Amino acid sequence: MNESLDPRVNRLRLNNSDGSFSIEEGENWNVFEVFHQEKRGAHHEHVGCVHAPDANLALIFAKEQFGRRKKCVNLWVVRSADILAFDLEDEDMFANNPDKTYRDASGFKVMDKINKFKAQSK
Amino acid sequence: MQSEQALPELLIKMADDELIIGHRNSEWTGLGPVMEEDIAFSSMAQDKIGHAWALYRILQEHFNGSDPDQFAFMREAADFKCSQLAEMPITSYDFSLMRHFLFDHAETVRYQSFSQSSFTPLQQLAAKIKGELKYHTLHADAWILQLCAAGAESKGRMQQALDNCFQLAGGIFEQGEAEEVLIAEKIYPGEAALYQQWLNNISPVIEKAGLTLPQMTAPVYGGRKGQHTEHLQQLLNEMGEVFRLDPEATW
Repeated sequence: MNESLDPRVNRLRLNNSDGSFSIEEGENWNVFEVFHQEKRGAHHEHVGCVHAPDANLALIFAKEQFGRRKKCVNLWVVRSADILAFDLEDEDMFANNPDKTYRDASGFKVMDKINKFKAQSK
Repeated sequence: MQSEQALPELLIKMADDELIIGHRNSEWTGLGPVMEEDIAFSSMAQDKIGHAWALYRILQEHFNGSDPDQFAFMREAADFKCSQLAEMPITSYDFSLMRHFLFDHAETVRYQSFSQSSFTPLQQLAAKIKGELKYHTLHADAWILQLCAAGAESKGRMQQALDNCFQLAGGIFEQGEAEEVLIAEKIYPGEAALYQQWLNNISPVIEKAGLTLPQMTAPVYGGRKGQHTEHLQQLLNEMGEVFRLDPEATW
């Protein structure tokens, strides 16, 4: 078998003669999700991921990967495996959301009252 | 000798160090061990070239120096004042990382000293690139610690790289002929003081990594006087190849 261009694949030793392979603890790198903060106090927004041996190097990689072009004041990294998410099949829990327009803030007609109050308090 | 003559000597050796190590490190672009590291290392190499350019500009503006591109690409090896550490081939990643660690800590110490400099352009440049250097040393420290904790072979290679680089790194601090003037005029504290601060800064990382710091028995001097290995001329030939096709071209 040819060597892969990706060292992570080569480390798996897929060409073992008996067809078995194992990964030692810490041998393969983890995926970390990266969150970008544009200014202090703003939300951190998910921008992508990096591969790294630990969170420390993930943050260092993320800085050049995602923090070198547009404005950035801080970054978060979180191991992808540590993120808890719903299963894809549970998407039906959200299915009726578009029908429930009474939950939209835009459904409340309050501007008339606000304008009236502003006029009174002048 | 007045600082008008002594300062260009300091600026040129610093700028040449930055240009040559920047070019060397850029040779890893596309060949880095993993994509993320490739991008980080290439990005820092670009920073180095930027530092060189800023210093060549100071030479041009304040000391009647030539155009930065001409100065960078048209000189021969004997006119360069970089330390021999900077010109060594990239070899393998352990060597390049260790050089990056030793060089960038030296660079940081040097620019930190300029925050007190009586020569305003250096003071301003130091303030501007402070954050870049902080990242460079953070990156270097993290890799040294990581690789020294990654098994016997890995740690052995890092120790070997340190042993190979250390006397060369001593050459960064080769004293300049007119250094006393610069110290007296409070432009910078001089090479001996920077060397001591550098040792203070790298020692805790070396110790934490479990490496043994060699004794500085035979620092490799000569680079600051234009004495170089054959590697520098080869690098210059390659780096300036396109530029020299038409030195008057506008880019």
